[in-house]
Parts: sequence; structure tokens; C-alpha cells
Amino acid sequence: MSDQRLPTSPGFWRSPLRGPWFTSVLGLVLLAGITVLFVTGLVSYAAYNPGLSPVNDQTPGKGLLGFYLFTWPTRPYWLYRLTQGVHVTLGIALIPVLLAKLWSVVPRLFTLPPARSLAHALERISLLLLVGGGLFEFTTGVLNVQLDYVFPGSFYPLHFYGAWVFFAAFLVHAALKTPAALRNVRRIRQRPRPESDLRSPRPDPPTVSRRGALWLVGGGSLLLLATTAGRSFDGPLRRTALLAPHGGAEPGGGPGGFQINKTAAYAGIDPAETGDEAWRLVVTGRTGTVRLSRADLLRGPLHSSSLPIACVEGWSTSDQWWRGVRLRDLAALVGYDDPPDVLVESLQRHGAFRRAALRANQVRDPLSLLALYVNGEELTPDHGYPARVIVPAAPGVLNTKWVARLTFGDLR
Amino acid sequence: MTFRPRAPRLPRAPRVPVGSPLRLLLLACSFALAGYAGLRLLAGDWFAVALWVAGAALLHDLVLLPLYAAADRALVRAFTAAGRREWVMYVRVPAALSGLLLLVWFPLISGSAGGRYRSATALPADGFLTRWLLITAVLFGGSALLFVLRLRRATKQRPPADH
Repeated sequence: MSDQRLPTSPGFWRSPLRGPWFTSVLGLVLLAGITVLFVTGLVSYAAYNPGLSPVNDQTPGKGLLGFYLFTWPTRPYWLYRLTQGVHVTLGIALIPVLLAKLWSVVPRLFTLPPARSLAHALERISLLLLVGGGLFEFTTGVLNVQLDYVFPGSFYPLHFYGAWVFFAAFLVHAALKTPAALRNVRRIRQRPRPESDLRSPRPDPPTVSRRGALWLVGGGSLLLLATTAGRSFDGPLRRTALLAPHGGAEPGGGPGGFQINKTAAYAGIDPAETGDEAWRLVVTGRTGTVRLSRADLLRGPLHSSSLPIACVEGWSTSDQWWRGVRLRDLAALVGYDDPPDVLVESLQRHGAFRRAALRANQVRDPLSLLALYVNGEELTPDHGYPARVIVPAAPGVLNTKWVARLTFGDLR
Repeated sequence: MTFRPRAPRLPRAPRVPVGSPLRLLLLACSFALAGYAGLRLLAGDWFAVALWVAGAALLHDLVLLPLYAAADRALVRAFTAAGRREWVMYVRVPAALSGLLLLVWFPLISGSAGGRYRSATALPADGFLTRWLLITAVLFGGSALLFVLRLRRATKQRPPADH
């Protein structure tokens, strides 16, 4: 055990940086950061209105974990853009802090004896959930925003249930360690230095101070932030997001030259179905079914709203100028003066949200449109021609493109 | 033999220390919640998901961390051997930052997610490697520039040698 060639020996670990202060600072940053990630994640889950209809619900087995669900509001109209932008961008910026924190405590992974008491043994099992669960959450998130769906299953349930497993371990870890971490940070100038198993018994001469090492971690966070944050804005700011998906240039120019989640080709939209001859919007409600051509819709009173597209992947566009028929006017057309919930169906052949439900408060909002124009021109095929839904503060995927059918008051 | 040997006194089984009851209670609550969510997490392909969770921890602790720690140790050793230990940060910082970007954006930089990215978003997927290389060049270039500037300042400030 005292053989210093083995990681189980304290003398194996030579870095002079490891110590309670370094670990505690990183731990407190993660405490704040991961709490924000968890809350914004739960908020994003609620934004999908999973309790409204099975078509919105990627996690029908959630049980008690959906205890806090609430009616997702439509104001402020940039709400989801903000919360999800923070969730993804902050998550990416925290990666260096997470890696540094794990590095700072790695000697404890090899501590002998493996358990000093029953509580200690259980805590170490909990740490496996903490580290494994945390890395699982960060990895699935980072892969999903890059559209690299290599994880074993659908992103929504994996990331949602994984978050709860991780957070359960995170909570107990925070409860057990935060008091000591706060103490360690306050006691930075105390001499002699308090005893700690984190400090190497035979440290190498330093090549950098602890403060310098923290600067390197912070610099990594800043670099990731600087090359990512721009993907929440159009124009020159987006160009600063050099490596992040949906960073860099816009897809083409002109009125439709803003970010696309899924192109018409990718969604399997057949241009023959969207032509003026073929396409009809089927609206069903209390008084029966109405079939409207695009020309019929253009005759109706058209309204404008300036709204962003904000994706669960964390990117968003600036406000775009949409023009179309209000959803509540379409509800009135089929007998609802007080708008109910609506089921929106797309021409899309596949994709989890080709059918999506919107709640009455979303239908009622005067900014909620079945848009026909964007930025003064007809919608492009990739932005949902002939007609798409746009609702304030809703996650992008609920702004259904290539809409074929609206069923008011019946979500089955 | 008539005498009956006295039954040997068995050594008391060592008692396993239990630890703080509060800690046990907190851990029990945590496991209950983690179990509730975990059953749902494992409802699909349970083996693959469990492999991902445990594998993430093992891959990090036993592969990624030893790899970068060994690389760093080799770097420090090389600079120490050259008698320039204090210069190691000029390589370590740009290398760490560049490696971090590669780690986070590997699917896009390596092009493994490029096909789907291009067809789903109508955005080009082939610029990521170039941009990462350029950022890496800028990081190392900036570090080298800083190094040269500091070296020059240090030489100027050094008092002239006695002759």
C-alpha cells in the first residue's frame, strides 16, 4: 500500500495543486451552475406541456417526476429562448469546471480501505451515480446539440430521467459537502494548512499556482462560452460561435435566411403535397370541418407578430416578422369563441413531433399565428411552406411546420 | 483422553462501523429518488444505458484522465530536462484549451455527425475542422507571441553583465 507506484498510495499523486481550497472553489461553482442547469432543464420539460396530450409526452412513465408541471405561459415571448439558451450554453461552459473538479478529487477514487463505515460505503456508491450520472447528462446533451444520436434511446427520456438520477446524487453530495467547502474557501489564509487527504504528501515543485490553474479552468469556460453564445442571435453575433452547431453563417440569404431545425427534404416533405392545387388546411371543431386553400387563408384577416425560433438544442434566432391568420380566429371559424386546446398535424412523415398539442392559453394569445409569410415574403419550403404555427415562448419543435390539420378541442 | 477441552472463546466478529445516522438517512433518501428515476431511465435498453452511465465514469477516470495527466507529466519532464521548467505553461495552456474544444465538439470536428447536420439544417458541416485548426493555431501563436515579448522584456531588464 505504501508502494508509491500504485495509485492507492497517497504518494502516487504528485500534483501540488490538489488540496481542499482548489476542490472547494470548483465544487461551489458547480453547485451554483448545476442548480441552474437542473432548474432550466425542468423548465424546458414543462415548456413542452407533456401533461397536455400524449403526443407531446416523450416520457409517459414519468409518474411523480412530473409533479411540478404547470401551464406553460406565452409571455414574455422570449422566455424559452432565454431559459434554454442558458441551459445549453451554461452547460457547455461548465464542462472545464466539471473536468477540473473530477481531476482534483481523483486520488479518492483509489483510497484504501474502500469503505470506512456503512455510510461511507453507501456514499461511494452514490458517488458513482454522481460521476456517472453527471457525465451521462453532459455527454448526451453535448451529443444531442450536434445531432449525433449515438446514445442508446431517445434523447428526451434519457436526458430527463438521467437528470433525476444525477440530481438525487448531487443533492446528497451537496448536503454533505457544502459546509466543508464553504469552510475551506474561507480558511484560505489559515496557517498551518489544515490536514487533508487531497493534498499530496510528496508534491512535485509547482509549475503553476492554484490561482493560475483556476484561471486556466476559467479560461476554458470563457473560450467555450465565447465560441458558443453567439448561436442565440442572428447576424454578426452568430458568426462568433465558431465551433458550435448553428453557429457561423446563416443558411442562405434573403427573408428566409435564418436558422432551420429540420429542412423540408430531411422531414420528407413532398413538394407535390404543398402546391396550391393539392394543399388544403383541414380545420375541425365544434361546428364540423372546414377545408381551406392557401388563397382562402390569405383572404382572412392577417396579423403580424415578431417572434424568435428557440430550439431545445439551445440555439435561437432573433425575432422574425411573421404574418398569417391568428390561431384563435381559426378556432372561431369552427365554433369556438373561447379557444380550446388544439392538435396540430404536419405533412411530415416521421419525427417525434409531427403531431403536437397546444394549450388553450397558447391558442388564445393574439401573437399565435398560422404563419403564411415571414419577413415580408412567402414562407420558404424549409421554414414550413405553405403554413406553419408560430407561438410565443413555445419550444421550436411545437411551432409545427407544413401544417395539414388543426383539430380544436380534441387532442386524441 | 478424559478432559474436555474448554470451548475456545471465539473472537468477537469485528463490528462494521455504521457511520453518521444523518448521513445514512440522506443517502437513503437519495437512493430512493435515484431508484425511482433509475427504473424509468433503464426502462428501454437497460443494458446499454447502464453501460453508458457506468462507462462514462470509468472512461473518464481510467482512460481520459490518466491520458491527459500522463501527457502533462511528459511535457513537464521534457521542459525540466531542458532546464526550462517555468516555460511549460506556454505549451500547456494552448494545448489544454485546444484539446477541450476538440473534446466538446468532436462529432462536428471529426465529421462523424456531418451528414445529418448538413441535411437537417442546410448548413455546411465541413468547416468545423478548419476552424478548430485555426483556433488552435491562434492559441499557440498567441502563446508564442506572449513568450517572446516576456523573454525580451526580461532580457532588457537584466542588468548588464560585468566584464
